Amino acid sequence: MLLKKAEERYALKLITPSIVVVMGVIIIPIITTFIYSLVNIDPLSSHRGEFAGLSFYISALTSSAFWADLRRTLYFTIASTAAETVFGLLVALLLNQSFPGVRFLRSIIIIPWAIPTVVNGSLWKLMLNGEYGVVNAILTKLHLLSAYQSFLGSPKTAMMCIVIADAWKMTPLAVIFFLAALQGINPTVYEAARVDGAGALQRFKAITLPALAPTIMVVIVMRTVEKFKAFDIFYLMTRGGPANSTRTLMYTTYLQAFTNLNYSEAATCAYLIAIIVGILTLVYLRIMRREENI
Amino acid sequence: MKKAVLLAAVASLMLTLATPAMAEDVTLNALFMKQAGYSEDDVTAMTEAFTAETGIAVNPTFVAYEELAPKILTSATSGGYDVILGDCIWPAQFAKAGLVLDVTDKVEALDLDDIYQGALDATRYEGKYYGMPWLNDVKYMFVNKELLSQAGIDEVPATWDALIEDAKAVKEAGICEYPIVGCYAQAECLICDYTCIAGSFGGAFVDENNQPTLNSEENVAALDFMASTLADGLCNPKSLEMIEDDVLSTFAAGNAVFAINWTYQYASMNDESQSSVAGQGVITPIPGTDKAESATVNGGMPLMITAGSTHPDEAWEYMLFLASKEMQAKYCANALPIWKSLYEDAQVKETAGEEVVAASQIQFDYIVNRPMVPYYNELSTSMQAEIQLVLLGQKTAQEALDGLQETALKLAES
Repeated sequence: MLLKKAEERYALKLITPSIVVVMGVIIIPIITTFIYSLVNIDPLSSHRGEFAGLSFYISALTSSAFWADLRRTLYFTIASTAAETVFGLLVALLLNQSFPGVRFLRSIIIIPWAIPTVVNGSLWKLMLNGEYGVVNAILTKLHLLSAYQSFLGSPKTAMMCIVIADAWKMTPLAVIFFLAALQGINPTVYEAARVDGAGALQRFKAITLPALAPTIMVVIVMRTVEKFKAFDIFYLMTRGGPANSTRTLMYTTYLQAFTNLNYSEAATCAYLIAIIVGILTLVYLRIMRREENI
Repeated sequence: MKKAVLLAAVASLMLTLATPAMAEDVTLNALFMKQAGYSEDDVTAMTEAFTAETGIAVNPTFVAYEELAPKILTSATSGGYDVILGDCIWPAQFAKAGLVLDVTDKVEALDLDDIYQGALDATRYEGKYYGMPWLNDVKYMFVNKELLSQAGIDEVPATWDALIEDAKAVKEAGICEYPIVGCYAQAECLICDYTCIAGSFGGAFVDENNQPTLNSEENVAALDFMASTLADGLCNPKSLEMIEDDVLSTFAAGNAVFAINWTYQYASMNDESQSSVAGQGVITPIPGTDKAESATVNGGMPLMITAGSTHPDEAWEYMLFLASKEMQAKYCANALPIWKSLYEDAQVKETAGEEVVAASQIQFDYIVNRPMVPYYNELSTSMQAEIQLVLLGQKTAQEALDGLQETALKLAES
């Protein structure tokens, strides 16, 4: 009995540092942010210090700006995740073949992922510049454009440009995941299928895709959550413009906190993002469990 | 004996505690801006001169304009920085949020008659001063006279009507596809340009009681005018993604005849290492209309002491040094002095350029302040998006400004 208590005390001592860190950087901020969303702490408000209840949540959910931000966030999340998954899969299939130089290609594919987002955002902003950007130069030389375009200055193209910039950077991550999964597939299965007369597309549908399904799901879950929280690429490339066409929920949270000093509104927005991401994660986890059971 | 030793020890301890920290022991942290105004090299040189004179060490940090506010907001109360460079639109917000110290007594002890009103306005909220005027800047019109003369025009336009006629002539002659360029990105620079143009149409965003007047006839006319320059192909459509540096580079590449920008464009556009139009451009007052001869926006930036600073006296000493006549006269190539008396100084005229000094003497008489209200940043964010919609042709100026007026009234009430 005494020994057990001593062991418990020893265990407690060992995990105390972890508890302190988790409390300090996760639990306490989560609780504090929640309190901020219920009590008006906006330094410029005449209602500062007053208990607001759910009024910040109600006002956010009933504002058209919130739903417009959510739509844009979903558009970016879906488009970017889809691009990464599809291109990631295609590149992984290519790099899974054996041909001269494949090892070199497998090494350099990581480069975009290794580039910091700040560099990536600035790089794409320069390349897409309407006056001297290389993208404009190439498209004009190829006669695909008659004149230089302002890709980041038009609401029609700005979000798509950010999707491309983000997908370019993060596709290698998906490639690494898919490549690892592809290399785990037993080659004899393919040989047997080939002997049975299955074509390339049939082999892909019957063998590769089912074998990759759990990995695809992991990539989609992971990337969706990350994309929903994306901020830096928007801050670097467009700052929400033009005419709010690239303003996402995360960017609005930033504006509310660090430009408008509406800390309670920012806390509310942050909580709503966390709730949506939580729901998305639960949905994906359920799908994954169902897949595993099958 | 023991008693004597004990007494001596206590006395020396008390003396240590009572002696204020020597200047040599103090290290100030200061936050500055990288773009426009004094260059990083200038501020570093001024800071080194201050340390050499006082023994007070200073760690200056330089960030882009957009990084200033987040850094200040997250560190002001904890004292991460003692001295901060703020924009003239922030003192109202910072003062109300208790982020900066009230330095009214210190500022009023200065020779205020010798300081330009625009620079003083940049530090003031509700009759109190929250900083030391330092960066004295307004926007000007920059004109590429060489390109203009190729279209047979020798005179720089003094009105917007004349400017439009000149722009049409330049475009029709095939000299420049888009003669006008503006910084119309979804950023504060768009509001600065709109302030200049609205002011020259006789408009203002608030009245003398700080009540919003966004949808006034003059403001609508000014915004319609801005949109028409884009619709008519006179203004570069890429202006919608441009900030000040992009306007400068477009002008410096010879791809614009008319550009509104801060003083720093003058030195850069005449620097052969970064401009292909060196010697071709002139700086002039922003054109006007029959409602106003000219108008410009106050771009003054004061130095402020954060509420969390543990060395406010040393911080003030540093601010005074940076804003001293000696420093302002020496480093006026990129930013003009706040002191009126320096404009007669031969060194200032030579360093800043006679043309800049002459233009400033006219332009300073037409300064328009952006609303100095605590909710300005939130209003500006809404204005940037709505004005862009008008410039893109997706909303009329009247619709956008009516909506903004409603937003401003709500913000003023909250």
